[in-house]
Amino acid sequence: MSIGHTLLGLLESGPRHGYDLKRAFDERFGHDRPLAYGQVYSTMARLLKNGLVEVDGIEPGGGPERKRYAITDAGITDVDAWLRQPEKPEPYLQTTLYTKVVLALLTGRPAADLLDTQRAEHLRLMRELTRRKKSGDLADQLICDHALFHLEADLRWLELTAARLDQLAKAVTS
Amino acid sequence: MTAAAEPLLQATALRKSYGRTPALDGADLTVRAGEVVAVMGPSGSGKSTLLHCLAGIVQADSGRVCYRGRDLTAMSDAERSALRRTDFGFVFQFGQLVPELTCLENVAMPARLAGTRRRAAEAQAAEWLARLEVGEIAGKRPGEVSGGQGQRVAVARALVGSPRVVFADEPTGALDSLNGERVMRLLTDAAHDTGAAVVLVTHEPRVAAYSDREIVVRDGKSRDLEQVS
Ligand SMILES: Nc1ncnc2c1ncn2[C@@H]1O[C@H](COP(=O)(O)OP(=O)(O)OP(=O)(O)O)[C@@H](O)[C@H]1O
Ligand SMILES: [Mg+2]
Repeated sequence: MSIGHTLLGLLESGPRHGYDLKRAFDERFGHDRPLAYGQVYSTMARLLKNGLVEVDGIEPGGGPERKRYAITDAGITDVDAWLRQPEKPEPYLQTTLYTKVVLALLTGRPAADLLDTQRAEHLRLMRELTRRKKSGDLADQLICDHALFHLEADLRWLELTAARLDQLAKAVTS
Repeated sequence: MTAAAEPLLQATALRKSYGRTPALDGADLTVRAGEVVAVMGPSGSGKSTLLHCLAGIVQADSGRVCYRGRDLTAMSDAERSALRRTDFGFVFQFGQLVPELTCLENVAMPARLAGTRRRAAEAQAAEWLARLEVGEIAGKRPGEVSGGQGQRVAVARALVGSPRVVFADEPTGALDSLNGERVMRLLTDAAHDTGAAVVLVTHEPRVAAYSDREIVVRDGKSRDLEQVS
């Protein structure tokens, strides 16, 4: 999952300090793996260098933890592009997809479109695997079937999430 | 796939309610000759209703269904049933075979109804049963064969009259994965060989993966996934 994009997305609602960003990230997405402070500051330094965030204010005392970051227009465009771009279909995508859906809802972007774009991408790969399966030997068939069942599980999750989008929107924005 | 081909069947802005229950709320669907279109979406979203409207089994409250340039909604009931007999084939989840007839007689029936003589119709039927790898059960009745065999008989019956469109509503819904795959493969291969288009309603993504493209129906509205990304 792209931590940079996620932190950027969290900044869209307003400027935050590094420790505040970490807390917001952990609360929403860090259930099994909270971010390390070092990771937050190195990521922010990179985003700063690339012009995707700017320093909005510095508390007296110095040190990276004193900086307050704000997203730039280039940063917003970057989040936008990330959310629009479907993930390469592969098993165990759920954390990235979940993060994207929540960020889209948080920032008022069309989450249903994101889910449909991803769904189309998954089905494209499933069709390709199905074609490959038709012309392959038994080993090919079994390998393709394994991938197909995993992709199907993702797709079912996409479907279920689409059906619960209103509910999820209420939960994340409350 | 023939992406650039003229639409064979085209539904526009279909609306249909059952009493106060809206089943279709402005659904569109285009089917081109020879392509397999999957119709997906949650239960109760209107998939079967859309398929029935497309096939002229159910009349929409408003909207148009054009088949090869003719408006299905403007035809008489007799014209529509004639069209269903000559140009369409159907496969459902279950309950489509006549239990009193043998599998061979079931498959021969569409041809018989179209006026083909018994011997010729049964010869055609036997050929299709063999092609769907169930030639050996020709003399059995539907109650005496497995679900997977029964669905292959149903596919044979749908294809025997060389339809231009096969409508399949959850054709693998009652089958396990392996048999579902066999039926899908036989159905799509046979449709491909005969040039028939297939409108395939399914819940299962792995079944939909046999299609050339997908439409998603939600709350009676259709969405073409190709146009999303
Ligand atoms: N003959 C009927 N009489 C009354 N209501 C109907 C009839 N057929 C369908 N409906 C209603 O219309 C809506 C759409 O039904 P439809 O059967 O088209 O859904 P579906 O997408 O095929 O669902 P499923 O996946 O469960 O088969 C539902 O609310 C259903 O209850
Ligand atoms: Mg249905």
